[in-house]
Amino acid sequence: MTTVDTTDGRGPAGGAPLLRTVELTRHFRLGGLLSNRVLHAVDDLTITIADREIVALVGESGSGKSTVARLLARLYRPTRGTIHYRGRSVESLRSRADILWYRGQVPMVFQDPYSSMNPVFRVSHGVSRNLRLHRRELGRAARHDEAERVFEAVGLTPAAEMLSKFPYEMSGGQRQRVGFAQALALRPRLILADEPVSMLDVSIRAGVLNLMADLRQREEVSILYITHDLASARYVADRILVMYAGHLVETGPTEVVLSQPKHPYTQLLLSAVPDPREEVSVEATTDLGEPPRVINPTEGCRFRFRCPLAIDECSRVTPRLRPMGPEHQAACHVATPDPATAATASQPIAPGPPAESV
Amino acid sequence: MAAPAMEANLSAAPATQEGFGRASFQRFSAAILRNRKATAGLLLLLFLAFVAAFPQVFTRVDPNAAIYPQAVGPSGAHWLGTTQVGQDVYAQLIWGTRLTLIITVVAGGGATLLSVLFGVAAAYFGGMVDRVLSVFIDIFLIIPTLPLLIILAAYLTGAGTVAIIAALIVTGWAFSARQLRSQGLSLRTRDFLEAARVRGERSMYVIFAEILPTMTSLLVANFMGLATYMVATAAGLQFLGLGNTSEVTWGTMLYYAQNNDAIQGGSNPWWALAPGFAVVLMGVAFALLNYAFDEIGNPALRAVRRPRARRAA
Amino acid sequence: MPGALLEVRDLSVDYITDAGNVRAVDQVDLDLQPGEFLGVVGESGCGKSTMVFAIAQLLFPPAEIAGGSVTFKGQDMVRLGDTELRHIRWRDYSVVMQSAMNALNPMKSIEAQFRDTMRAHGDMGTEEIRERSAEVLRIVGIDPVHLRSYPHQLSGGMRQRAMIAMALLFTPELVMMDEPTSALDVVAQRSLMSQVKQLQERLGFAVIFVTHDMSVVARYSDRLLVMYAGQVAEVGPTRAMFESPPLHPYSRGLLDAFPSIHGPRRELIGIPGSPPDLGRPPSGCRFQPRCPVAMPPCSSVPPRLYPVRRSQVRCLLYDEAITEAAPERQAAVKP
Repeated sequence: MTTVDTTDGRGPAGGAPLLRTVELTRHFRLGGLLSNRVLHAVDDLTITIADREIVALVGESGSGKSTVARLLARLYRPTRGTIHYRGRSVESLRSRADILWYRGQVPMVFQDPYSSMNPVFRVSHGVSRNLRLHRRELGRAARHDEAERVFEAVGLTPAAEMLSKFPYEMSGGQRQRVGFAQALALRPRLILADEPVSMLDVSIRAGVLNLMADLRQREEVSILYITHDLASARYVADRILVMYAGHLVETGPTEVVLSQPKHPYTQLLLSAVPDPREEVSVEATTDLGEPPRVINPTEGCRFRFRCPLAIDECSRVTPRLRPMGPEHQAACHVATPDPATAATASQPIAPGPPAESV
Repeated sequence: MAAPAMEANLSAAPATQEGFGRASFQRFSAAILRNRKATAGLLLLLFLAFVAAFPQVFTRVDPNAAIYPQAVGPSGAHWLGTTQVGQDVYAQLIWGTRLTLIITVVAGGGATLLSVLFGVAAAYFGGMVDRVLSVFIDIFLIIPTLPLLIILAAYLTGAGTVAIIAALIVTGWAFSARQLRSQGLSLRTRDFLEAARVRGERSMYVIFAEILPTMTSLLVANFMGLATYMVATAAGLQFLGLGNTSEVTWGTMLYYAQNNDAIQGGSNPWWALAPGFAVVLMGVAFALLNYAFDEIGNPALRAVRRPRARRAA
Repeated sequence: MPGALLEVRDLSVDYITDAGNVRAVDQVDLDLQPGEFLGVVGESGCGKSTMVFAIAQLLFPPAEIAGGSVTFKGQDMVRLGDTELRHIRWRDYSVVMQSAMNALNPMKSIEAQFRDTMRAHGDMGTEEIRERSAEVLRIVGIDPVHLRSYPHQLSGGMRQRAMIAMALLFTPELVMMDEPTSALDVVAQRSLMSQVKQLQERLGFAVIFVTHDMSVVARYSDRLLVMYAGQVAEVGPTRAMFESPPLHPYSRGLLDAFPSIHGPRRELIGIPGSPPDLGRPPSGCRFQPRCPVAMPPCSSVPPRLYPVRRSQVRCLLYDEAITEAAPERQAAVKP
């Protein structure tokens, strides 16, 4: 089926989730043609994203989270695995019309406000290109109105004045808002936000985080919020997905994962979050934060080199996600599920379409 | 140890950035006017262009008319003397400006265009395309210029001036291509190119409408540099007798002057000196103008005009 | 203040541009005792980095010191010439940059760079240099085998620690750090901070730590200095700033901008607007356009630094002459 979807319908077709990946994998070969070093950026990622939800993908450098964003944005092709958007396989989109349709539905907001806009053009450039490419039915006046509308929607007012500025005239926070405005101009369903606040001053982040929550309400869009900061993930996200070394290690609703983290890595991340209001306490800081090993990795849990709880099995068998509680999963051999869940499910989750759209 | 502090310092500078914001023309004129060397270069170039466009303003004498006393030195009637066959050297100098400037600009422009096509495409596409194009660029860099120039110009003798321009373009484009490729590569880490791809732009659009506009000052600087090279090299080729010797250019003047012993202390040394100085002058004009574009590319080079404030009392 | 390691008085730094001078640091006073850990906090562009470079005498055109004095161990650094500075630099004080990749030469091994630094600022023999290099790496928790490594072969966290090792080569009395953790992930960051604190307690040097992220430094600093628009907004003992709500509305806004990982979820406000253009600072209090509790005098009267308990605050809320006229404002804000 290659017809372009022209419905603006808010509901997904036939109950399928908005976005679903199945064992999504991406490897990079390092070195020249003769090298056998392969970097496993993402391995066997199976996730879903529903309508109108903000999902946080949390991980450090080397976790693969940025690669996931680029896979979903079709900047990379998967090495293995599939991506399904509204029930259609993304790989099956071949024609220019189909590809453009997908790009109009799933835009990306970039991390670096200082390099994500072309400095020679005014900030209206990205919005107007988006409108020309993806909403061709709009005439010139309508495009102008729409540009003002999205600028206002992200809080850049007065819109007419802001649209005529150059990037260097805007602060980092304002530029990130322009990034969201560009995405909104497409009337997207899912925004891929790749660390949108990491390069902003802490005092500015609140505004952009609030904007994301606001967009979910008003524009009814889902957001994949990629970050390394658990605190901001807690603030905006409905669900949290924790990645380590290319693997998904824990998933679940935000409050559940943060109040009862089952995976040792999640626990480590939680303990490392600085909170200025917290009482000063004695810390066990033996973990030096060394990067994960993702080049030609062996079988077994990739966190075992840093894990204080590692057992024998951790170096032999790669742990799969298994249920820890209602809608809460973790990939760890030593993690213990909540009692209610432990009784009903002792098998690891098999890959494939999940039963519910979690 | 001291230098790195400055980079960090500059990035923290609250001063307004000399932006890409304003239209290129305004930005360039501001840069040129701000830099004294560049302003001098511009004035010189404008003067030369005026001479090229309106030679009649400067002389009424026909440069080809061989009717004057032969091989005499400078005098009231002939400011730079005459040639071996009795032509007025000054008139030749004035009229020769036009073709010399045309050759320089066309060859410079052609080489810049080729360097853009190869250099930027190599950087943008990367991978195998980059490798093939880079090898291609390297081949042209390695080939010894002078023999190639001579062979090309001689081979295409029938075409005269066109041959010279072609030879100059073929030997001149590769260096700029390297530079533009480097610049293009440095842009690959800039998210706005990825952003363009993510929103669905085609490759040709990204190269011409997103990448090139960020390189305008580099392109102009490249052109200036090439022009400096071209004016001297064109003169050199014509001096060797290549191209069309019946046309009046500074290079052909040198050719005839050399053939008639004017250089080795013949009767009118100005016959050779004048075009030589003129070539230098035009080259210097382009080179001076280039200072402004260096500064646009690297604002840290700008001279701080204010007298240094005295250290804290 | 007697015995102070560093005394900065009235320090001002200007950037000289075609459009006139921009005052990036405006009459800053700063005191530092031996062994003290001072955190300097503020948004981008507030002048904190510029101030630190000014103290370290590392400013280049178009930036220059426009006034004030920097007295380090009794000597006014501003007056010292380059040769004299080279003797003190790195031996008595050193600087750790924001990004190791900016300050470390990617073409040279760690060993070579340490050697260059030691030769530039002292005259130790080759053997001594090698021993000292290995020793400082061990101090920061890096295996000395990495002396042979090049910067790109080390992880981000290791690079930053190598930078700190380089800063400790001569066991200086003062180490100034400009956002050394901003490029690191949260786990590496936590580990680096605690290491810095341990080193400081062990070797006894003072630290000036510049950052835009208050949470990183609040746990470790003895005193905090909050900068806004080139001026000191608030300075005082760290605990004082957190025990009760911070005194300056800006500091309070900064603190409230943090989403907390523990405790209840509440709405984040942040600080709307952006810092002023230092070429044309607002009249009166510089924070006034963004201040949630601004009063009428704030737009015309520039506040001084007022002493409040153990801190100093640049805010008219603490000017008794003004607050006497508007007591209800005072009650609303002060703890």
